Amino acid sequence: QIFLLWKSLILGQLILGNFFAFQVHTVTLIPGDGIGPEISTAVMKIFEAAKVPIQWEERNVTAIKGPGGKWMIPPEAKESMDRSKIGLKGPLKTPIAAGHPSMNLLLRKTFDLYANVRPCVSIEGYKTPYTDVDLVTIRENTEGEYSGIEHVIVDGVVQSIKLITEQASRRIAEYAFEYARNNQRSSVTAVHKANIMRMSDGLFLRKCREVAENYKDVKFTEMYLDTVCLNMVQDPTQFDVLVMPNLYGDILSDLCAGLIGGLGVTPSGNIGANGVAIFESVHGTAPDIAGKDLANPTALLLSAVMMLRHMGLHADAKKIETACYDTIRDKKVLTKDLGGNSKCSEFTTEICRRVQDMD
Amino acid sequence: MLYCSIKETTHTVTLIPGDGIGPELLNHVRELFRFSCVPLDFEVVNINSSITSEDDINNAITAIRRNGVALKGNLETNHTLPPSHKSRNNVLRYTGLDLYANVMRCQSLPGVQTRHKNIDIIIIRENTEGEYSSLEHESVPGVVESLKIITRNNSLRIADYAFQLAREKGRRRVTAVHKANIMKLADGLFLQCCREVASGYPDIAFDSMIVDNTTMQLVSKPHQFDVMVMPNLYGNVVSNVCAGLVGGPGLVPGANYGHNYAVFETATRNTGKSIAGRNIANPTAMLLASCLMLDHLKLHDYASMIRNAVFATMNESLLHTPDIGGQGTTSEMVQSVMRNIKSSGPLTTEL
Repeated sequence: QIFLLWKSLILGQLILGNFFAFQVHTVTLIPGDGIGPEISTAVMKIFEAAKVPIQWEERNVTAIKGPGGKWMIPPEAKESMDRSKIGLKGPLKTPIAAGHPSMNLLLRKTFDLYANVRPCVSIEGYKTPYTDVDLVTIRENTEGEYSGIEHVIVDGVVQSIKLITEQASRRIAEYAFEYARNNQRSSVTAVHKANIMRMSDGLFLRKCREVAENYKDVKFTEMYLDTVCLNMVQDPTQFDVLVMPNLYGDILSDLCAGLIGGLGVTPSGNIGANGVAIFESVHGTAPDIAGKDLANPTALLLSAVMMLRHMGLHADAKKIETACYDTIRDKKVLTKDLGGNSKCSEFTTEICRRVQDMD
Repeated sequence: MLYCSIKETTHTVTLIPGDGIGPELLNHVRELFRFSCVPLDFEVVNINSSITSEDDINNAITAIRRNGVALKGNLETNHTLPPSHKSRNNVLRYTGLDLYANVMRCQSLPGVQTRHKNIDIIIIRENTEGEYSSLEHESVPGVVESLKIITRNNSLRIADYAFQLAREKGRRRVTAVHKANIMKLADGLFLQCCREVASGYPDIAFDSMIVDNTTMQLVSKPHQFDVMVMPNLYGNVVSNVCAGLVGGPGLVPGANYGHNYAVFETATRNTGKSIAGRNIANPTAMLLASCLMLDHLKLHDYASMIRNAVFATMNESLLHTPDIGGQGTTSEMVQSVMRNIKSSGPLTTEL
């Protein structure tokens, strides 16, 4: 019965997605800090040029202390996201003040963003030593090694607790298989270290195996984390969809981003329990180039493309993605980090031009 | 067959064949040592991974304690058995042997095609605690807790080992790999200990990097790394990434050091079940591991002789085994190494 409930929730998200294709709808935009505002502006410009039926609602998520002294995101931001269900977010500054929680953590907890999804696809025209990479990492984002539960046992001995639950493991496995099915991916690989962490990773693995039984159309394999790392750097083309607990997901998703060119060109999406999905660029705020029209909006743009696909707006997604890839492949107008010396606005204008030419 | 002029053996070493490709590779090592007149005796201890009794493991530990040094293949962990049945490899490493430092030198080898060239990174991994503490319990049904333990003593110890090794090998920088932004107490303690030790080695630069960024940097700009030190799990991840960068599990030797004992094996500890018995396993990693063992026993001339012969063989791409893109066999490679030794060695005399 619980399985059916999960399935219907995910199906519900898909139906919502198709529904979106027939109306203008609102997306909560969180520009973020540093280069956040300028790359958000770039994305908005490109969406306008492509005539995407989206209306942006800008919100700030700087943490405030709610009644009772608990840190929370501003109520206007929560209200907007709960209503729109879709968010696009730029990089957020990590607060240095003690006691101030990580904004990303706060967002994750507020919307129960349990799945972090990162498609890593080699970008033609942006050369790295690795070609033909086309995989997706799906990371359980709520528990595992990041439970934040640590104790000093005695002076000089620290214990950090990794939490694995049946519920969260089943939920992420379900998501991974549904994602694979809906995106025409042929296999899902569970990444684990059950030889060492017999009970915790063992539980995670068991849940993956159980869920796999209901998705016979998707091939299911298991692989040790270290073997994945070993094979990934030799031949990444052997991997398709990877599902794993929090820490391994953190490491592997960054490893894979490195294969295709880094965080400046990698999209990312976070799926929440109540139909909320927040897409974001995962690079930093780059304070040294903020406000200088030097930033590369590719990561945020590709995350926005991922968002469009999630909403069922496949034609718009394809149009914008193609314009972006073509611009990069052409090499005539590239931001500094991509090897050129154009401004962010010039890069954006070029993509807008291509998008308009496609109509 | 060569005639060995020196007949007395200076050491006895424990040999644990293990599972998968372990037995065949270690047979080649013995064959090669006999051929090269290496003055070593092997005491073979078999551990049967399919039975759950602890006797085999205890015998092995006793033998290693007696001889001080071991060369081993990987032991299969049957993780369908209950969690109380721990990984045999780990039991060997921690229980009573206290092999606290796992050291792996990832070096690009001549003749091997890789995406990045000229890599030479030493990875020092804390080998006894961290996520490998095997302390897990189900607190309520469906909720499992796994404990990661970091101690000041072990962190200081491994950091000290890293800096000592860096100094000894003329390396210039040690990078600590961690996730202290999230695991503030555990990895925070590890990082703090590294910093403390670093201050005692002003001749060596020290920096730190978060583990996810580290893997990203390794696949894009690996040459920025020199010596790296880290807790157990990150060590597992980083060593496998680096082994992949230089050409795969068949090429890199590994060593586990404690104050009193040392155990040598392949760096990425693969059982190689699917290629066992087919004469296609790459013997390089195990051969180079045996050279590390010879160096440890101060038999440096033999170590260099075998190592150089292995490198010379690597240069002949026709002999490469399938894992590095060739069609050669294990025995052909070993034969070639022996040929190279014969044409080089003043340590062996022809009959």
